[in-house]
Amino acid sequence: MTENGHLLGEFFINGDVACAEGAISAGCRFFAGYPITPATEIAERMSRRLPAIGGTYIQMEDEIASMNAILGASWAGVKSMTSTSGPGFSLMMENIGLGVMLETPCVVVNIQRAGPSTGLPTLVGQQDIMQARWGSHGSYEIIALSPDSPQHMFDLTVKAFNLSEKYRVPVLMMSDEVVGHMSEKVVIPQISAADLIYRKMPQIGAGAYHPYKADESLVPPMAIAGQGYRFHVTGLTHDERGYPAMTAAAQDKLVTRLIDKIRLHADDIIMYDEYMTDDADIVVCAYGITSRIARYAVKLARQKGIKAGFLQLITLWPFAEKRVRELASQVKTFIVPEINRGQIVYEVERCSCGKARSVSLPHSGGDVHRPETILAAIKECHA
Amino acid sequence: MPDHEADGHSLIAKYLRQDRLPHIWCPACGIGPALNCFLRAIDKSGLDPDKISVVSGIGCSGRVAGYVKLDSFHTTHGRAIPFATGLKLANPELKVVVFSGDGDLAAIGGNHLIHAARRNIDMTVICINNFNYGMTGGQVGPTAPYDVRTSTTPYGNFEPPFNLPLLLYASGATYIARWTVLHLHQLEGTITEALLKPGFSFVEVISPCPAVYGRMNKEPEGLDSLKSYEKRSIIKNGADPKEVDITQNGPIIVGKFIDVDRPTLHGSLGVVAERARKPTKK
Repeated sequence: MTENGHLLGEFFINGDVACAEGAISAGCRFFAGYPITPATEIAERMSRRLPAIGGTYIQMEDEIASMNAILGASWAGVKSMTSTSGPGFSLMMENIGLGVMLETPCVVVNIQRAGPSTGLPTLVGQQDIMQARWGSHGSYEIIALSPDSPQHMFDLTVKAFNLSEKYRVPVLMMSDEVVGHMSEKVVIPQISAADLIYRKMPQIGAGAYHPYKADESLVPPMAIAGQGYRFHVTGLTHDERGYPAMTAAAQDKLVTRLIDKIRLHADDIIMYDEYMTDDADIVVCAYGITSRIARYAVKLARQKGIKAGFLQLITLWPFAEKRVRELASQVKTFIVPEINRGQIVYEVERCSCGKARSVSLPHSGGDVHRPETILAAIKECHA
Repeated sequence: MPDHEADGHSLIAKYLRQDRLPHIWCPACGIGPALNCFLRAIDKSGLDPDKISVVSGIGCSGRVAGYVKLDSFHTTHGRAIPFATGLKLANPELKVVVFSGDGDLAAIGGNHLIHAARRNIDMTVICINNFNYGMTGGQVGPTAPYDVRTSTTPYGNFEPPFNLPLLLYASGATYIARWTVLHLHQLEGTITEALLKPGFSFVEVISPCPAVYGRMNKEPEGLDSLKSYEKRSIIKNGADPKEVDITQNGPIIVGKFIDVDRPTLHGSLGVVAERARKPTKK
């Protein structure tokens, strides 16, 4: 344990706990949540850890309140997080939109289970991927990450906070029940201030400060409450002063910037991993827990002499459009296993522009794909 | 210029965003006088305005956040209180005030209202109660008395209303008061007290909505409502919250009903933090 209360060293912990520790290492000092399987362990860990290191843990009355509380905390200048699963994620949607509109850094963790509705509370799903992208009303861009292991949970949670602070947008950690509940070795490194990003603060006096006036980065400096800026922010369409502006022109100006600040920085945000794609004819594209199985299936296919490769999406949103387009002109087929009835496969298909075939390998949830299932799909496409 | 007028002008310059005026409220709306009392109360309280945050939800009263020259947050419908909760917990130095309406706070936000009172978080909630959803054209609200006419109760309201002081009392609020906008002097004093009171304080402001609610209930002019308040109001400090429900034509009991002390959330969190920092026994 370091003097600021961060863990240091090797630990055998589950993904949920690793996520909580990642948040703490990233400087998160406010957590609001509501109990829900399979994300509860994150809240429990935070309730134990935060009070000891000058942070605040609060269990709110529901997920709507939790989401709003982390937005409020962020405006008080404190890095904040909530965690939930499908039903709670649905309840958070409206105010994830408020977070987008107010440009509020925060992290929302979704340990996905199988739905719809209450579904399979204790069993895995990857079914909220499109909801992460489109779930709140209106036009916007969001950042969503997909970890595949407890180590990844730690590392990507730190990354999620950094992206959130840099781009002033809620970042969604789209994990799943298996990754959340599996225990593995997690190496927690020394994380120094240089590894962490904190939002850009205004450098000008209160009178001249406009909360939504951005420079070429498109991300405006963020004042926090209580420092004399006396700023106003609203979920209504607003101008650079943060004042309501009820015109189509103001709407277009604002929404364009909200979208462009993510899209124009896609290369900085998008992370993926590849295995044996150089000469591949068939690429299996997967994310989260499914990527571990897909990688193994590709290895088995290679042993059988099939030119298979693997693309792991670490950033789900914005989508790794450029890389999929490039691969589409090289490969014949994409195979997309995911624990839903087809979500990311549509993105792969869209970006392939008809140059490569996209094959969905759906799963209704409650379990993960078998390597043999993915291998069989590879063989079938190879034939 | 009479003193009170000069006083008013300096308050406007000090606490309102003049570049946002004129405001959107209808003539004779009660939100203006209530806001006036709020600004005077801030001034009187001696609180540092730089440390005051105002959080509003959606609706006519929700627009208050947009006009005050303070750190101010216009959030989503019903969610001002949980947003304010995060703000306050993350920076306990702030004085956090939620200014919103009866529909926002007691219907869509009702769950947050009772839980904030239960926690006894340091927060002042000012609730404009005009019995209806004014901004959307006068639909029935959660505090609308039985049998009143609204745009969605054309045959009379068939549901009983919330008695807000009783609801808040049962939930644990430590300061509960109600005035009408006729009682400006008392309202100003009450808000000042509420701002300085540790824990959860709730001030209900009975307010005319002549443009929609009044028009449908034989009070088409703001003055009609004020005359009705004058006739029906009974000042009863310390009244039992059970006895203060509002009916269509019955008395309106006003006053400071509850002023008690209970451990605040901030205090309790401090106790927990102290325990958490102690090394665990092995």
